[in-house]
Amino acid sequence: MTATTTPPGDLCSVPALLRRNARDFSARTAYREKEYGIWQSWTWAETLQEIEWLAMGFLALGMERGDHVAIIGRNRPDHYWAMVAAQMCGAVPVPLYQDAVAEEMAYVLGHCGARFVVCGDQEQVDKVIDVQDELHQIDHVLYHDKRGMRKYDHEHLNWLSDIRDEGKASHYRHEDELHRREAELDYESTCVMLYTSGTTGKPKGVVLSNRNIIETAKNSSAFDGLGSKEEILAYLPMAWVGDFIFSVGQAYWNGFCVNCPESADTMMTDLREIAPTYYFAPPRVFESQLTSVTIRMEDAGSVKRWLYRHYMALANRVGPAILDGKPVGLLDRLRYALGEMAVYGPLKNTLGFSRVRVGYTAGEAIGPEIFDFYRSLGINLKQLYGQTEASVFITQQPDHEVRADTVGITSPGVEIKIADNGEIYYRSPGVFVEYYKNPESTASTKDAEGWVATGDAGFFEEASGHLRIIDRAKDVGKMADGHMFAPKYVENKLKFYPDILEAVVFGNGRDRCTAFINIDLTAVGNWAERNNIAYASYQELAGHPRVLETIKSHVEEVNASVAQDEMLSACQIHRFLVLHKELDADDGEMTRTRKVRRGMIEEKYDDLITALYDGSEQISTTTEVTYEDGRKGSISATLQLVDAATVTPKHQQKVAAE
Amino acid sequence: MKDTIEPHVTEDGRQIGGVLMEMKNITLRFGGVVAIKDISFDIREGEIRAIIGPNGAGKSSMLNVISGFYHPQEGEVWYRGAPRPPMKPYEVARQGVGRTFQNIALFEGMTVLDNVMTGRLTHMHASIWDQALWWGKAEAEEVHNREQVEKIIDFLEIQAIRKTPVGRLPYGLKKRVELARALAAEPSLLLLDEPMAGMNVEEKEDMSRFILDVNDEFGTTIALIEHDMGVVMDLSDRVVVMDYGKKIGDGTPDEVRSSQDVIDAYLGVPHE
Repeated sequence: MTATTTPPGDLCSVPALLRRNARDFSARTAYREKEYGIWQSWTWAETLQEIEWLAMGFLALGMERGDHVAIIGRNRPDHYWAMVAAQMCGAVPVPLYQDAVAEEMAYVLGHCGARFVVCGDQEQVDKVIDVQDELHQIDHVLYHDKRGMRKYDHEHLNWLSDIRDEGKASHYRHEDELHRREAELDYESTCVMLYTSGTTGKPKGVVLSNRNIIETAKNSSAFDGLGSKEEILAYLPMAWVGDFIFSVGQAYWNGFCVNCPESADTMMTDLREIAPTYYFAPPRVFESQLTSVTIRMEDAGSVKRWLYRHYMALANRVGPAILDGKPVGLLDRLRYALGEMAVYGPLKNTLGFSRVRVGYTAGEAIGPEIFDFYRSLGINLKQLYGQTEASVFITQQPDHEVRADTVGITSPGVEIKIADNGEIYYRSPGVFVEYYKNPESTASTKDAEGWVATGDAGFFEEASGHLRIIDRAKDVGKMADGHMFAPKYVENKLKFYPDILEAVVFGNGRDRCTAFINIDLTAVGNWAERNNIAYASYQELAGHPRVLETIKSHVEEVNASVAQDEMLSACQIHRFLVLHKELDADDGEMTRTRKVRRGMIEEKYDDLITALYDGSEQISTTTEVTYEDGRKGSISATLQLVDAATVTPKHQQKVAAE
Repeated sequence: MKDTIEPHVTEDGRQIGGVLMEMKNITLRFGGVVAIKDISFDIREGEIRAIIGPNGAGKSSMLNVISGFYHPQEGEVWYRGAPRPPMKPYEVARQGVGRTFQNIALFEGMTVLDNVMTGRLTHMHASIWDQALWWGKAEAEEVHNREQVEKIIDFLEIQAIRKTPVGRLPYGLKKRVELARALAAEPSLLLLDEPMAGMNVEEKEDMSRFILDVNDEFGTTIALIEHDMGVVMDLSDRVVVMDYGKKIGDGTPDEVRSSQDVIDAYLGVPHE
């Protein structure tokens, strides 16, 4: 697998790839979207036509080279087309998180100086109009969904379809200009600009060139043997680099089909109907799928429950080995084949994983139990390690070499070095051009030779050559007695329980560890229903004594498991509380990709953390919450602080005995 | 507060047309009980008209008179400029009056989709034989009806529960499904009987949004009964206030709010 750095022929931009696909795969499906209950599809030839019309419509509106075009909406063909159409015009697409509050949106729109904004629906248009007064640079707002838009002042507001029709009608006037601009695109021109979610500080605009995207798409496709027949489901935020690489980079490079779900709520149904062959999800999605399976099995009859338990135990034992091609006894293989018929096959079908050849998870460490669950079903789920700044891929796991605790070998075309303090550095054709309008940050992240600092600490395992990530370099700390403190490790163990949605562990510089827990409303609500426990709100359920009892037992089990690990046995949780609200990106407690912002939480809930360490029985607190439209409110609650039993580690017991 | 309103465009750009339905001196008795006493008011095309009043004021009876379920002993219902003869409810439905019910009347064992499809009944013309044999215009009709229903499902954002049996849905969603079924009939006048009863704040906000959107997108005239004063005052163009079967107020939300009779009725001033 050699990585090349020169483009074959003239395929050096996304629009060029589009033209190749329209020529070579003209009748093959490029996009599908479920609309009014039916999957609508577009071939590559039709896609090219749509995008050209849209691009000419953009020209008619006066789009200039280098303009920034913000795209805010859920995954729909129209939005992907708007991105490619903008590229054709020599402009730079900037997809934004659609659930961002107006304030965040104002910052990003202002920072990139967007002249054009493509919105999904009225909700997004409203947010843009809200911030428009402060930002004078927005000239045109376009929207996809007409609903509720009739009463708006349409001087600078256009329906996307109207623009497309305008482009279609005026193609004689704009065709030459469009071709001229397209011909100017080369490997160095900007392909897309993506804002990092920012676990700390303001989001940064990562500029990625055509070279970054196309080289990465090419190398990663070769690594997994992707072809033009793949089906993927595009449901992850368009503003996230992963979606851009999978749904644009790899899709255009290979010419495979991108399926867009009907709505965010129907994603699971759509997943089942499409049955993608190539699938990507952050650990959270796998967790919630496992949660829903567990809940449904709890509700099932006793025979089904027994079948499930029996065969899942078998799968846990031999499933991963079969998937990795390791020797497994004939009897177990036969049993596994029976299980495939009775349990695994139907289960995979329900989850929409029947056809998955390659599945990836990344973004955060995944709990080994969750990972093994999917592997044991025979789903080729692998881990990769990546960053926006790397156009995703830094390391990934090859087939047959998959383990829960590593992130795989260096991706093709990537070089990695580990600094003395354990921080990982990489260099690759996917390395970003710069942070937009931020040369200081660019310089501090990327050195003159092109090495980029990841901010993560890790090491290569000698035996396998796989990279292991310990934690965010800055999150790994020391406890007061000098033991290593790695919060993510414990949190992931906690999150394996369906009842626990999120956990935040504290303990850096302290004598013992404590934790905040967020319950999973779906799982705990279901349990409450089965046990006739009435509750009126999330807050009430979270504070219910029996819920606290259940969570306590989970925490104690985790403590027992943590105690097994010699390095991290000090990270057992001595006290915890169940939070009265869900941690939310709108309140700044998490990033838009749902990573916990530790610093922010420590600051905001200082009173609760203090209470966890000063021995109080309960604590009353008031928390400010932000609604998506920017309004603020507050909730008050009295929280119980619960002590959990800890286990004295074996290796320490031994020391004591000597 | 006399009826002097001409067709006009409201502040937020909605078209209010002429009189769609007029109640003329309606009196309704059940034996010796007078449920409605000599009430007159009109409903204009494109407006959202609320009927409010304390418990037992006769609001639901009024809605049942409009929908043709009750036949008043005195007075006339005028619809589209002509008096409406006594009709069966299904005949009224065919004339373009749709409704939802206070205590949800859906088919619990059927899916959301099937429930909403029943709303298309007034638009199905193929004979029972054609339908049974999937012959003649039955197929084309079914496709068309399904398309209309899917548009409503999309509009009310209930795609995710399309195939879910109604019995498994929470209350707030059932209410939305009921609205969907009423809309499927493409009514020109939509009657909503306490569309937000028993909902939490968030569900109420959603429902309000949908009512406004229905009125705005489809131009449907809406008459609604509701207890939540905040909701009524925000949503409606004009409000009729009833108490003990009598009309004690009629006008814009502001006018009604400042009327002494209305304040007395709600604060419970003893009746002489």
